[in-house]
Amino acid sequence: MELLIVLCVPALAAVISTVATGRRVAAATTVIGALVVLLTALWVAVVAGSGTEIVAVKDWMSCDGMSALLLLLTSFVGLTAAIFSWGYLEKMPSSGRSGAGRRYYLNFNLFLLSLLAVPIFAHVALVWIAVELTTLLSVFLVSYEDTPEALEAAWKYVMLTCMGAALALMGVLMLYWAMAISGGGPFTWQGLVAASSRMPPALLMTAFLFILVGFGTKVGLVPLHTWLPDAHSQAPSPVCALLSGIETSAVLYAILRLLPVFQGISGAAASWCVGFGLVSTVVAAFLLIQVKDYKRLFAFSTIEHMGIILVGAGLGSADAQLGATYQIMSHAITKSFCFYAAGAALLISGVRNISSVRGLIRTSPVTGVSLILGGLAISGAPPFAVFFGEISILRAGLRTGHPLVVGLLVVSIVVAFCGIMSHITHMVFGNPSSEAVAVDLPRTCVGALALAAIPVLGIGLYVPQWITDLLGCASAFLGR
Amino acid sequence: MDMGTTGAISLFSQQVLGLLGGLFLLTAFALIVTRQLLANLMIFAAQSVLLAASALTLGCASSSTHLLVVAGLTILMKPLLIPWLLRRILSRDMYARREISQVLSIPTALLVAVGFATLAYFIARPLVAGADPAVRINLPVGMAGLLLGAFAMTVRREAMPQVLAILSMENGAFFAGIAIAPDLPLIAELAASFDMLIIALVVGLLTKQIDERVGRTPVGELVALKEDSAKWSS
Repeated sequence: MELLIVLCVPALAAVISTVATGRRVAAATTVIGALVVLLTALWVAVVAGSGTEIVAVKDWMSCDGMSALLLLLTSFVGLTAAIFSWGYLEKMPSSGRSGAGRRYYLNFNLFLLSLLAVPIFAHVALVWIAVELTTLLSVFLVSYEDTPEALEAAWKYVMLTCMGAALALMGVLMLYWAMAISGGGPFTWQGLVAASSRMPPALLMTAFLFILVGFGTKVGLVPLHTWLPDAHSQAPSPVCALLSGIETSAVLYAILRLLPVFQGISGAAASWCVGFGLVSTVVAAFLLIQVKDYKRLFAFSTIEHMGIILVGAGLGSADAQLGATYQIMSHAITKSFCFYAAGAALLISGVRNISSVRGLIRTSPVTGVSLILGGLAISGAPPFAVFFGEISILRAGLRTGHPLVVGLLVVSIVVAFCGIMSHITHMVFGNPSSEAVAVDLPRTCVGALALAAIPVLGIGLYVPQWITDLLGCASAFLGR
Repeated sequence: MDMGTTGAISLFSQQVLGLLGGLFLLTAFALIVTRQLLANLMIFAAQSVLLAASALTLGCASSSTHLLVVAGLTILMKPLLIPWLLRRILSRDMYARREISQVLSIPTALLVAVGFATLAYFIARPLVAGADPAVRINLPVGMAGLLLGAFAMTVRREAMPQVLAILSMENGAFFAGIAIAPDLPLIAELAASFDMLIIALVVGLLTKQIDERVGRTPVGELVALKEDSAKWSS
């Protein structure tokens, strides 16, 4: 029942925002809808964290610990993004076209709906469809600004991710075949784990590779990442927060849930994950040194973090899995905060490239402080959550005897830290250029920043018991 | 042992399936090399008809109502609804266009495509050992369709052929799917068809938007977004 509410509310909000007369009505509806979803998701997370699976339709829609974690993160970022959108759209010059605001909120709600559907669906074929829909329903959010660059980004985004989805579809169909060969059973994540020992290993492995490459395109794994910095830098900032913080993790979730299927059968799947993850981390860390656009900076950092999480999950020990789960959470909350800060910087300065922004701390102290905070938090400075996640993955890597992997990770984390911080200090400190004037941020944007900052600052220092339970319960689903 | 698959079917149906598979492969090659956009659309429609025919044959041979519904759904969606939708959204003159330049010349592209088709057979061979005849025919052909579609997407520069390449990749996946997962729940089947329709709609609208903004649709030439060009800085 709770799960149906979670899916119905954004659908309802989408309908209201199309028929609503003004943008304010649509904006308010979206915020209220997102709040209802967050409260329901909190309840689901508390129940699922205690170890009970919430079932709406057996074998079709259900929520265990891992999916409840993703559901909670999605709804939290959904709420902050909805609040941030309110002020952002009012300030952005390109929102002048008639009906653009209403269309934005329609697409926003539908996109949120598809993101929420990924963890809620239990049937693997439906998960594939939900993942595909997250692309299709966010294309017009990416192209919202209607500039040639935004259209180019949207085109690359839809083409590459749909190509990936077609490859993943082949993998899903093969899994279904393997399920039938093994004697049948529910075609869910847990059903697959239960039946895996009776499946032909070669078929299982081929299916996994199709899904890893296919969904990996959408996660942004190197060398399939080329669309990601474009799309994540051209979309409006609140959408970037959802794309970067949630969409990538949601697709990664679909890959990670296949890992326990291979435990005890073949170590190859885990090795593929470690390899892919490592390449992505290293390449992204070095690419983010030379970016010119600060939103691209955070986009490359997303690729880096997806790599780290994949390595953590691939290492396979229980504490590595806990680290990967923790990292999914800390990345989602921190990266969305970073994109709100970047959005605020864009509202203040009106330009996207790093070299023309200076002295933000004087023109807008809120933006300056947020950017510094976000930069420190996402690049892994203590005492923020990302730091603890990375440390636990590195420690698990040493314990499982992968010193080379750990060494490469440390190098790229350090390189990424230096890259991100040097760009951000350039933007925040120094003398503002002469034509820069002090601008006030819209109140809703400041509110969204403050709300998003709470977990960024808090989680590293104090983790409430119910979140610890949820994380433990979620990471248990990465193994068997 | 092979519960989910279709089981033994008559020799005649196998021959029909083999013929359809060969023709399907041929259309996948044709999608790579035809330059006229309208012809490209026709080939996609023909490929979809072949997919439906294969599902129909398999459905009749193994008397599975599931596959008959899939065949009906395919014939409704892919050769009829999707081309109709694309032609409605996009202006008439876009169809008269020819692609001026391709990334690879046609002979080179064909040569690489043959390589991809061979690769598909290599991937599929260990999987189909001991499987039903229908799987032995459809899985390698479907896999080849999938890979050739991916290849077509990377060598085409116009927007429309790229879209059709994506849709033909899904055709390939389903061509294998009707043999390896014939009893996939109908709701998933329905949702997947609906999903193809949304792809066509979304990408069609995006193409139209690009056409209006940029005046042309050679998406292969869209390269403004790179690290070294920060041209929107002003």
